[in-house]
Amino acid sequence: MDLKELQTLAKQEQAILNAPCIRCCTVGGCIAAHALEVKQQIEVAIATQPLTSPIQVRGVGCMGLCSRGPLVRLDPAGILYDQVTPDQAPALVQSFHASLQPNPLEDTPPIPPSPHSQPKSQSSTLPSPSPYQPQHHSFFTLQHPIVLENSGHIDPLSIKEYIAKDGYLALYQALYEMTPSEVVDQMTQSGLRGRGGGGYPTGLKWSTVAKMPPGQKYVICNGDEGDPGAFMDRSVLESDPHRVLEGMAIAAYAVGANQGYIYVRGEYPFAINHLQTAIRQARKQGLLGSQIFESPFDFRIDLRIGAGAFVCGEETALMASIEGKRGLPHPRPPYPAESGLWGCPTLINNVETFANIAPIIRNGAAWFAGIGTEQSNGTKVFSLAGKIQNTGLIEVPMGTSLRQIVEQMGGGVLNGTAKAVQTGGPSGGCIPAHAFDTPVDYESLTRLGSIMGSGGMIVMDQSTNMVDVARFFMEFCMEESCGKCIPCRAGTVQLHQLLTKIRNGQARLEELDQLNQLCEMVKQTSLCGLGQSAPNPVLSTLRFFKDEYLTLVQDLSPDDDGL
Amino acid sequence: MSKGSQNIVDGKLHPSGDKRFRVLEATMKRHQYQPNALIEVLHKTQELFGYLEQDVLLHIAHSLKLPPSQVYGVVTFYHFFSLKPAGIHTCVVCMGTACFVKEAASLLTAVEQVAHIQAGETTRDGRLSLSTARCLGACGSAPAVVLDGHVVGDQTPETLRNQVKPMMDQPQYETAI
Repeated sequence: MDLKELQTLAKQEQAILNAPCIRCCTVGGCIAAHALEVKQQIEVAIATQPLTSPIQVRGVGCMGLCSRGPLVRLDPAGILYDQVTPDQAPALVQSFHASLQPNPLEDTPPIPPSPHSQPKSQSSTLPSPSPYQPQHHSFFTLQHPIVLENSGHIDPLSIKEYIAKDGYLALYQALYEMTPSEVVDQMTQSGLRGRGGGGYPTGLKWSTVAKMPPGQKYVICNGDEGDPGAFMDRSVLESDPHRVLEGMAIAAYAVGANQGYIYVRGEYPFAINHLQTAIRQARKQGLLGSQIFESPFDFRIDLRIGAGAFVCGEETALMASIEGKRGLPHPRPPYPAESGLWGCPTLINNVETFANIAPIIRNGAAWFAGIGTEQSNGTKVFSLAGKIQNTGLIEVPMGTSLRQIVEQMGGGVLNGTAKAVQTGGPSGGCIPAHAFDTPVDYESLTRLGSIMGSGGMIVMDQSTNMVDVARFFMEFCMEESCGKCIPCRAGTVQLHQLLTKIRNGQARLEELDQLNQLCEMVKQTSLCGLGQSAPNPVLSTLRFFKDEYLTLVQDLSPDDDGL
Repeated sequence: MSKGSQNIVDGKLHPSGDKRFRVLEATMKRHQYQPNALIEVLHKTQELFGYLEQDVLLHIAHSLKLPPSQVYGVVTFYHFFSLKPAGIHTCVVCMGTACFVKEAASLLTAVEQVAHIQAGETTRDGRLSLSTARCLGACGSAPAVVLDGHVVGDQTPETLRNQVKPMMDQPQYETAI
């Protein structure tokens, strides 16, 4: 394929994309809510009803508002329907068809969003549009989609639809208009930082690998999204897999690699399926494999399926797993950039990091650097879940406050008031409600004893006991500890026992100090990120919710807890 | 030992005519019998056989030129692999954070009471296996459960009990879809 073919294909497909279409979310949470049946019934309705103008039906990726699935959007007007049931399909098709007919008497505007959605019990009645319209509701309007720009708009199983959205154009630009070092420079100037949680500058990582002497190098995409409560990577891989492939190919060109691996969780069958399809399609179009875009650049991508070990999200453990071994981490240095997969220089980035690459190349580093805060550029995808009205996937500019996310976008807590937000999964911490005005960026969250993490955001209300939360995460780390180093293997067990004791009201006040000390020890001396960050949930709850610990500790009544 | 050991004589013969071995062989061949393909091969094996039998593991170790200890080490390291056959029906309760704050623990207790087994066990009649998962990524519909491969969201102990009970006496799970 060359540029001309790419542009012709894009133009052809754009016309199809803009035609009247019913788009159904057919990934993730919506499938659990029977989205596939809804789509099937819509197809049946279109086939059986006498329609004068053609209507397409497309399965698309995540539209974000997962709690109100299955979601269906009528395009090009973009009217969203939520909690659609299969029996509403005929009425939905009929009304959509009617709205497409030119009406000489009056200009019928799109149906205005009603404040309440209809009860879903009646059969084949027309549902009202969702109260959450993408144009009006703050859940959508406060977002800034870059990574998710195509999510919910294109069919993830169609490479043509991705190309219609300027897909693979950035790869062409990189290959033909830039030298590898210019690509690295763009990354450095954009200020993009690793989205897997650490926040290491992407440009710096790329330049380290690029500077290694030529020879076998690898690019790895870390899609082992292990944090419970986080589903951003799954959503990106399911909704827009080509974006990740393109980002990896650009990275490979920049650092001089010819082989890539995507390590994806075995628990994500749809993501695996969509990636396999995407890799096959890209290879067929000459956008992956040898002589990409008829240039001398070769790049192959293979898929590696995880087998359910949280520690494999750690880069050195992940590489051991790709090599077919047990996922045990090893000490760094040497860093993967110098000696990674099979001892070769390896670039390893998270799914979301790779998803940011193509837009940066297309729009320039300055554009990206203009979004977000001074030290944290760009946007971040969060999966918003827990005791909150609107759960789902959001992408906001860095620096958006937690209050905006929880109250305006999330619609507040289900019953009662918010107590805390947990970010960063088992490696992160709990941010109390009084700190909700903190802007979300790497530094601010670290100051609060939490981390950005991969982007899970769990909202907790007053009914959640924070000692329970700490114990929950410690149990997780205890079970997931690989057992290689003692502080993590034995320390997490001891911490879990201590927390259980506290939870059952059998602990004494001194044991809180012990807990604190042990946390510090495990944090300082563990080998890899799992152990080093395992105490974080305990430390952060001890910091902000000490009263809850104190009320559980013996010989102390809740009144004289001193806080 | 089970009949698996007779099936595998030199990695090629399958006297039982069990086609699954041929698929396994093709998978290993596609990976050129590279030792680093172990996890991929194990995935395929579990998909074919439902679990990882010891004889099959020995066969894989032999074919990929790996010490059996390493194969066993890998199998037991990863949660995904199972050395025991699963029940006819499976119930996986998600214990991710979002499900946890929405009281997934009460769902687990409900199933444990109905089936009289603990998480990680299979009922004596082999009807139902109960296990837990670390986040299915279906946090939007928390608390979520996977029943026979279908994710069902927004569960309560009541609704889950009503779905699990028929699985314990019927051969097929019919309420899904």
